[in-house]
Amino acid sequence: MSRPTLNFGRRLVIGVPFVWLVLFFLLPFIIVLKISFSEAAVAIPPYTEVFGYVEQKLQIVINLGNYIFLSEDELYLAAYLGSLKVAFVSTLACLLIGYPMAYAIARARKDLQTVLLLLIMMPTWTAILIRVYAWMGILSSNGILNELLLGLGLIDEPLRILNTELAVYIGVVYSYLPFMVLPLYANLVKHDASLLEAASDLGARDLTSFWKITVPLSKNGIIAGCMLVFIPVVGEFVIPELLGGPETLMIGKVLWQEFFNNRDWPVAASLAVLMLAILLVPIILFNRNQAKELEGKL
Amino acid sequence: MKRYSLSNLILVLGLFFIYLPMVILVIYSFNESRLVTVWGGWSVKWYVGLLDNTQLMGAVMRSLEVAFYTAIAAVALGTMAAFVLTRIPRFRGRTMFGGLVTAPLVMPEVITGLSLLLLFVAMAQLVGWPAQRGLVTIWIAHTTFCSAYVAVVVMARLRELDLSIEEAAMDLGARPWKVFFLITVPMIAPSLAAGGMLSFALSLDDLVLASFVSGPGATTLPMEIFSAVRLGVKPEINAVASLILLVVSIATFIAWYMTRRADRRRQKAMQEAMEDATLDVAGPSGRPTMLPPPAHS
Repeated sequence: MSRPTLNFGRRLVIGVPFVWLVLFFLLPFIIVLKISFSEAAVAIPPYTEVFGYVEQKLQIVINLGNYIFLSEDELYLAAYLGSLKVAFVSTLACLLIGYPMAYAIARARKDLQTVLLLLIMMPTWTAILIRVYAWMGILSSNGILNELLLGLGLIDEPLRILNTELAVYIGVVYSYLPFMVLPLYANLVKHDASLLEAASDLGARDLTSFWKITVPLSKNGIIAGCMLVFIPVVGEFVIPELLGGPETLMIGKVLWQEFFNNRDWPVAASLAVLMLAILLVPIILFNRNQAKELEGKL
Repeated sequence: MKRYSLSNLILVLGLFFIYLPMVILVIYSFNESRLVTVWGGWSVKWYVGLLDNTQLMGAVMRSLEVAFYTAIAAVALGTMAAFVLTRIPRFRGRTMFGGLVTAPLVMPEVITGLSLLLLFVAMAQLVGWPAQRGLVTIWIAHTTFCSAYVAVVVMARLRELDLSIEEAAMDLGARPWKVFFLITVPMIAPSLAAGGMLSFALSLDDLVLASFVSGPGATTLPMEIFSAVRLGVKPEINAVASLILLVVSIATFIAWYMTRRADRRRQKAMQEAMEDATLDVAGPSGRPTMLPPPAHS
């Protein structure tokens, strides 16, 4: 008797989140793909239809114009490469700073660990907008950093840091560092200390056992952390907009401008499609990594 | 050993790097001077001035409203997703389901925002809803990506739960729904609260998604701040930003405190149970009254 209710309940509990995610997460991408094949038009909404019924026949007008346009204008290629470069360099920087931090937290006393974790977690809850804004006040030419350096007599005239690529790197590393530390910590804290003891008993030096045991064991944590930084940074908009200058080309910013300033929805959609194409491999890698972590604990 | 102390040094420097800008921001929000870099003495006038800024206060109320409903919906949806992924090992489309749950965590916001907007536009054309974009569409966008965060938080908790308690209840004839609400929910309550707090904070913070899917008259606080910030640093914005930092830190702290308290209770209960078990083996007299307190209380 309880069998049908269980099945119904099961279907409901799977179905509700499934339908929601398909409707509001998966389906939108298909629409983006569709609109990337349409043409901009002076209309509401501002694009032409891809599918149409003409004389009771389905007519599909696929227009590759947006993609050709994107491939011909060097600005877009430069923006993609710029985004990938910023994402790559800052992911590396986050890993180099974040790994020792996570390592130190995982080795700290238990009660200290929870406090340190709270300190790392707090910024991930706070708007990137606000944390980036804080840097604007520090880095601007009459900002605190320049005032300090001038006051100390280290420089004679204010350095131009705000609205340069350097400021973007500072902002990105600053904003995304916690996302690197948290998964690394979650991984490192699970390591069995007896492995390191065994290695040292067998005569391995600390550095050797670190490279041969700790780093390989933390592979999943490294992948998760790197993906959590790399993927969102490729599409980052707020940081290049507020800290970057006119020469900072990043794809998230270009997409935003195409959409909000030029009101060219189809071009914005094709930019999104291309960005997603680049990110597909990292996203799948991330998802599989997450699934593996999940199965491992089941 | 040397590497250990080096990593400690980097940890301290890293935390300084993370917190110094925020501390500076808060200090300068109390600056008397209108010039943001010149220190003119302590003052709360920028905070007082905020109350008269009706446009800003309207945005604050809208943001709080969206954040509140987002937290509720995201907890419900995220918990369901987490339950499915931890308790139902096999069903058609499980891999896709798992992917759909975790992908919003990393998806760049400009992509999610643009694609949701295009969905809403297409839906308005097809079914006439949503006729106008506004708080409801922002709520849908926020719920979608916040539920992914909730799912991750709740999944972590569900995975470490002792399945035998739920199984025992089932064996005793309780319906699955009853087991879930009477057994599972109380045990995962702290992570539900943490997920809700996190969703609240994330929704309150979001600029990009809201900008895409919002409509006329539905300007949220981050959108308001962003349009002001584009023109440079202003003392009023320092004050708003400091207040947001305060609210979010309190939310984080509460969530952290609740999960920690639950953890401690569980550890203590486990320790006591183990001590009882050893005592039972040692002697039939049961628990002596002069037992030393557990090490971690």
